[in-house]
Amino acid sequence: MARMKFLCDADRCIECNACVTACKNENEVPWGINRRRVVTINDGKPGERSISMACMHCTDAPCMAVCPVDCFYNTADGVVLHSKDLCIGCGYCFYACPFGAPQYPKIGNFGTRGKMDKCTFCAGGPEADLSPAEFQKYGSNRLAEGKLPLCAEMCSTKSLLAGDGEIIAQIYKERVVKRGYGSGAWGWQTAYKETIAI
Amino acid sequence: MRFGAVLRLLTAALLLTFAAAVAVPALAQQQVNPTAQAVQERQFLDALKNNPQAELQGRISIPDQRAATLERPAGRDWRAFHQGTMLRITAIGILGMLAVLVAFYLIRGRVRTEAGPAGRTLTRFNGFERFMHWLTAACFILLALSGLNVTVGKHLLLPLVGPQAFTNLSVAAKWAHNFLAWPFMLGIALMFVVWIKDNIPNMVDIRWFLAGGGIVGKGHPPAQRFNGGQKALFWVVVLGGAALSVSGFFLIFPALAGGVLNLQFWNVVHGIVSVLIIAAILGHIYIGTIGMEGAFDAMGSGEVDLNWAKAHHSLWVEEEMRKGQVAPGGPRLQPAE
Repeated sequence: MARMKFLCDADRCIECNACVTACKNENEVPWGINRRRVVTINDGKPGERSISMACMHCTDAPCMAVCPVDCFYNTADGVVLHSKDLCIGCGYCFYACPFGAPQYPKIGNFGTRGKMDKCTFCAGGPEADLSPAEFQKYGSNRLAEGKLPLCAEMCSTKSLLAGDGEIIAQIYKERVVKRGYGSGAWGWQTAYKETIAI
Repeated sequence: MRFGAVLRLLTAALLLTFAAAVAVPALAQQQVNPTAQAVQERQFLDALKNNPQAELQGRISIPDQRAATLERPAGRDWRAFHQGTMLRITAIGILGMLAVLVAFYLIRGRVRTEAGPAGRTLTRFNGFERFMHWLTAACFILLALSGLNVTVGKHLLLPLVGPQAFTNLSVAAKWAHNFLAWPFMLGIALMFVVWIKDNIPNMVDIRWFLAGGGIVGKGHPPAQRFNGGQKALFWVVVLGGAALSVSGFFLIFPALAGGVLNLQFWNVVHGIVSVLIIAAILGHIYIGTIGMEGAFDAMGSGEVDLNWAKAHHSLWVEEEMRKGQVAPGGPRLQPAE
């Protein structure tokens, strides 16, 4: 079985934010929540890079470890999903996440955050695949349709890669060798305890 | 002369600016390799070794500045605390205290009033004092149980009741925790105001502790209205309650805490202080119920037996006698056999 991962080739990202928009549209994400975002580091300086970041679907995911009601689960593809029926909106996953992925529909005074929402790797949730209930709570389930996450699929420069970790790592390696440089697989060391050796 | 110098300077500056404007793009193309200067995750993580609280922030074009943080690995330390240290502190604090109390009960047994009941009573706590005690106590028990549920519920209760029932219970526990916090804080504040005058530590308390407090060893050392142990509990509850109130306030209003790193900090404070207070209160409940004969009356009816009071709070009884609070006369009439 494939181990699904994201990889943002920062040397290709042009900060068009189309991945952010595509994600919001495809999954009909609630107002105020962005499951994916593009962060520009060293803005305006030499070496400026933009990186598209969402839930990285970590190995040994911190959110899953700290959840007091155990609402997270791993799919066979290594995608980290959660049940909004079980989530109590305590905020612990948001404390633990290194990527700021878990978000809530409300500010959260008096524990009224609402159910946590995060990137699902376009893989829906625990409900029956492609059911209206699944779409309403988690958005699209493109994996069940044999497709990859829309953010990566429609990336105009193919900066954002999503798919089997070994295959996208191979694509990235070939790019780095060919062009002679690469600013690294951002988030991989933190999320997967490994990076791509070139 | 002076004008000429200024003119020369201006001309030189103008020429220099022009030269620089022409030269800089050429230099940039030849010498600055933007790819070589790209920051990599490795460098960021290396920099973190000296500052584990660091966040990697950038610029973002969506209108949510919190999303500008690209990576914040500090959550790893909080996770290690919450899933490791916190569980150990909870287990040691609560199971350890229960073990100590059981062992103490088996060895020492119930602390009896050696002189037996005098049949006369005096008022130890008036109605308001009992109200504020039980207000705090009732809130505390529910707060402690709902708080423990967040830390250990998934290990103990979830396997027993199943996921959906456990979630329903945890949601109810969360609401209870958020709303009972306020009467609890009120109770703590009232106890602080009403009882602080009797809880200032002094030499009597040191002698009380040195004599084993009448619990370890023989005989009862003199004590005022509150003995050394009770004063210690008072300060644990008041100071601990204050720490819980401040940390809990930020957890209940996360927008005021100023970022997730602060929330992690307050969560750690809240967890550690809670376990310390729960352990202290377990000891308090023990000595106030099965641990000591006659002790529960003080908070139950508010009236304690004179012989109990003389044994445990001799200086307080003397003071009450002086104030004439203890009615003179013989024992209460006994019913005929």
